[in-house]
Amino acid sequence: MDRHSDRLSDRLRLGRAAWVLAAAVPLAFLAIFFAWPVAALVGRGFWTDGALDLGGFAEVFSATRTWRIIGITLGQAVAGTALSVLLGVPGAYVLYRCSFPGRTLLRGLVAVPFVLPTVVVGVAFRAVLAPDGPLGALGLDQTFAAIVLALVFFNYSVVVRTVGGMWERLDPRAEQAARALGASPARAFRTVTLPALTPAIASAASIVFLFCATAYGIVLVLGPTGYGTIETEIYVQTTQFLDLRAAAVLSVVQLVVVGAALAVANRARTRRERALALTSDRAVARPLRARRDALPLAATAVVVLGLLAMPLGTLLARSFREPDGGWGLANYRNLSTTGDANALSVTVWQATATSLRTAALAALIAVVVGGLVALVVSRRPRAAGGRRALRVLDSVFMLPLGVSAVTVGFGFLVTLDRPLGLDVDLRTSGLLVPIAQAVVAVPLVVRVLLPVLRAIDPRLREAAATLGAGPGRVLATIDAPVGARPLGLAIGFAFATSLGEFGATSFLARPDSATLPVVIYRLIGRPGAGDYGMALAASVVLAVVTAAVMLVAEQLRGERTGEI
Amino acid sequence: MQHRQTVGLVAAGAALALGLAACSSDDAGSSASGGSSGSSDTVTLVTHDSFAVSPDVLAAFEKQSGLTVKQVAPGDGGALVNQLVLTKDAPLGDAVYGIDNSYATRATDAGVLDPYVSPDLPASAEDDVVGDSLTPVDRSDVCIDVDKAWFEKKGVPAPTTLQDLAKPAYRDLLVVTNPATSSPGLAFLLATVAAFGEDGWQDYWTRLKDNGLKVDDGWSDAYYTDFSGSEGKGPRPLVLSYSTSPAETISKDGTSSSTAALLDTCFRQVEYAGVLAGAKNPDGAKQLVDFLVGRQFQEDVPGQMYVYPVDDGAALPDGWEEFAPLSPKPFTVPPDQITEHRDEWIKQWTATVIG
Repeated sequence: MDRHSDRLSDRLRLGRAAWVLAAAVPLAFLAIFFAWPVAALVGRGFWTDGALDLGGFAEVFSATRTWRIIGITLGQAVAGTALSVLLGVPGAYVLYRCSFPGRTLLRGLVAVPFVLPTVVVGVAFRAVLAPDGPLGALGLDQTFAAIVLALVFFNYSVVVRTVGGMWERLDPRAEQAARALGASPARAFRTVTLPALTPAIASAASIVFLFCATAYGIVLVLGPTGYGTIETEIYVQTTQFLDLRAAAVLSVVQLVVVGAALAVANRARTRRERALALTSDRAVARPLRARRDALPLAATAVVVLGLLAMPLGTLLARSFREPDGGWGLANYRNLSTTGDANALSVTVWQATATSLRTAALAALIAVVVGGLVALVVSRRPRAAGGRRALRVLDSVFMLPLGVSAVTVGFGFLVTLDRPLGLDVDLRTSGLLVPIAQAVVAVPLVVRVLLPVLRAIDPRLREAAATLGAGPGRVLATIDAPVGARPLGLAIGFAFATSLGEFGATSFLARPDSATLPVVIYRLIGRPGAGDYGMALAASVVLAVVTAAVMLVAEQLRGERTGEI
Repeated sequence: MQHRQTVGLVAAGAALALGLAACSSDDAGSSASGGSSGSSDTVTLVTHDSFAVSPDVLAAFEKQSGLTVKQVAPGDGGALVNQLVLTKDAPLGDAVYGIDNSYATRATDAGVLDPYVSPDLPASAEDDVVGDSLTPVDRSDVCIDVDKAWFEKKGVPAPTTLQDLAKPAYRDLLVVTNPATSSPGLAFLLATVAAFGEDGWQDYWTRLKDNGLKVDDGWSDAYYTDFSGSEGKGPRPLVLSYSTSPAETISKDGTSSSTAALLDTCFRQVEYAGVLAGAKNPDGAKQLVDFLVGRQFQEDVPGQMYVYPVDDGAALPDGWEEFAPLSPKPFTVPPDQITEHRDEWIKQWTATVIG
C-alpha cells in the first residue's frame, strides 16, 4: 500500500471515530439523566422481593377504568394534535411566508403560551369559560373540548414555528412554476408545497402529540370531575398510593403509546423527506393580501384573537387588579417582595434571575446535545442497518417528552445520589435542575434543526468531498451555513422550554433557588388577595421574558448573507 | 452582512457563557455545601413545598448553632413521604419537616426515621405525639369555609354542620377537592369517616353528590375559581379550605372577615418533624428539630404557613383568635388507622363520587 492511501484510510477511520463520538456524547447524557432513572423506577415496580413480578399487568388491564383512561389519553392527544396542525399550518404561512407590519411582534406573542404555567393558564381559561365568564354561554367549562382548546393554546406555536422555519426557506420557484403551468393556487399548494412541508409538519405533530398525551396540570384544572389520563393516573399512583407496580405498568403503556406515535411520525417523515431546494436565507416574503390569503388569514385571526388573546388578556387585566379592589400596579410593586407574610424564600425578581441563569445553562446543554444528535441523524449512511440505527437514535431522543415527569423526577431521587459512583449528591446540588430541563428541551432542538439539515442535498457534500474537502471542512462549508439559520430558533425554543418547565423541576426545587414557575405555583397555592395578584403579575413577567427571548432568538437568525 | 450575523452569534455565545459562569459559581457554592454535609457544619432539611420561615428566625438559629441550613423541597405533603420511603437507603437530607398525621405511620412503618422526640416539646403538644420518632410542630384544621356576604344577601342562614351540607337548601353551593390529588381533600374525607363511621361515610357522600357537590382536583382551583368569597368571585359560597383562611379576608379596619370557617366540619391535621435514618449529620438534625418546637419558630409559624403552633404559649398574629380559631372539637382518626385504610378509602370515595 502506498503512503497516500494509508493516509486516506487513516482519515476515514478518524472521520468514523468522530461520528461515533458525536453520537456517544448525547447517548451518554440521555442514558444517565433519563434512561437510567426511568428504568430504575419502573424496575422497582416489576421487581419485588428479588423476583420479577409481572402480575401488575393482569391487575391493571382487568380494570375497566384503565381502558377508559387509555381511550381518553389517545382521544385527547389525537384531537389536540390534529387541531394544532390544522390551525398551525395556516399560521405558519401568514407569519413566515407573508410580510406585514407587526409581524415580528406577533411571532413573539404567539410563542408566549408555550411556557406559561398550567395552573395560571387553567385559571385564565376557566375565567373565560366559566358560566359567568365572557364565553360562558358556550358551556365549555370543564369539558373535553376545554382541554383540547387549552392544548392547542399551548402547542400552536410549536407547529407555527417548526413549519414556518421550513416554509420561509423553501425555494418559491417550484410553486411559481406550477402556477405558471396553469395549476390553481390550491393545486400548486397540494402538489408542490405541502409535500415539501410534510417532514416539518410530521416533526411538529410528533412533538405536539407527546405534549398532549402527557399533559398534567391542564387536565386536572380543566377536565370534568374524575377525568383521567395515563399521565394523571401515573401521578396519583406514584405520589399518592406509592403503588409502583401499577405506575410501572402504566409507564409501559405510556411508552407503547408514545413509541407507536413516533413510529407513525417517522414513517410519514421518511417517506417524504428528501433533498429540497432550500435557500440558505429566507425566501422573499410576499406582502399579505386580504383577498388572496383570505383563508389562512381568517384561521390565524380566529386563533390569535380568540384562542390566544382572550385568556392572555384576562390574565393581563387581572394582574392589574389590586388586592383592595382598585386597579393599579400594586401587584407588580410586590414582585420585589417575598409576598404576604413571606410566602416565598426569594423575591419574584430573584426567582426571575435564577430562571434566566438556569435556562441559559439548560439551553446551552440542550443545543450542544441536540445539535450533535441532529447532525448525526441527518447523515445518510449507505447501509440499511446504519439508516435504521439513525432512525432509532432519532426516536430515542424524543422519549423525554413522552414519559411522565413524575417518573423522571422520582427516578432521579432513586438513582442520582451517587451518579457513576461519584461522591456528589446530584439530587440536592442544584445542578440537576438545568440538566433536567435540558433533557426536555433536547427533543425540540433536534426537531427544529433536523428537517433543515436533512434537506441539504447530499450531492453537495459529496461534491465537496470529491474536491478534496475533509469531513470537518464539509461540515464547516456545507452543513454549518444552513444549520446556523435555525440555530437561533433552536436556542429560543430550548430557552423557552427551560423557562416554563415545571414538572421535573418541582421535584428538585430548593426554596432558596426557586425558579419563576415554582414561585408562581407557590403563590397561587395560598389564600389571600396579595399572593393571588402577585402570582398573576409574576405570570405576566414570565410571559414577557419569554416573548423577549423568542424575539431575540428570531433576530439571531441573521439577515441575508454573502457567501451563497 | 455576514458580519452582522457573526456578531449576533458571538453576542449570543457570550450571553450564554455569562449565564453559565453565573450559574456555575452558584453551583460551586451549593455542591460545596452538599459535599460537606457529611461534616457537622451543614444540616439539610427535607420539607414540603409549602415550607416557609422568616429569614431572620432561620439566621438566628444558624448563628446560635453554628450550622448552615440547606433546604430541599421535593413535593407536597403526600409526595414527600413517598419520596422519603423511596430514598430510604440514600436519604435526601438529615431532618424532615412536614409529615402530617395522614401519612405519619407510613413513614414510621417504612423505617425512614431515627427514634427521636425533641426534649424541648411544649407540654401542650404531648397529646399529639405518635410513636418514638416524630415531633409535632404545628396544627391546622381543614374545614368548610363560608362566604358570609353571599348568605346575608340571599337571606339564607349559613349551614353549620356536615349534615346541613346535604340539605336541599344548600344545593349546588359546595365545592371540595379530590382526596386522590389534594391533601385537604383527603383530610375532609377523613372528617366524614370520623363523623359517619366506616359504614356511613359513603352514604353521606352519595347524598352530597346528589345535592350538587362540585369536586376540583386542586385547592387553588376550588378556592380561586369556584369559591365566591375569593378574588376569583366564583359561583359557590361554600369551599373546602382551612380554619385560618378567613384571616386573609379580614376587612381593612380589622373589625370583620368576609369569610368564616364552619368549626363543626373540621379535620385536625398535625405536622411532624423527625431525624432521618442514615442522616449524615444526626446531631445537627436533632438541633434543627429542637429549633422547630422552640418559641421563636413557633411564633413564626402562623404568619409563614397559616397553621397554628403546637405551643399554646406562642403569640398569634392579630385577628387570628377572633376570625381564624381552631375548632374546639375537630374530627380525628388515629394515624395507624389512616395508614391501614387510606388507599382503600380513597378508592371507595372515587368509586362513590366520581364513578
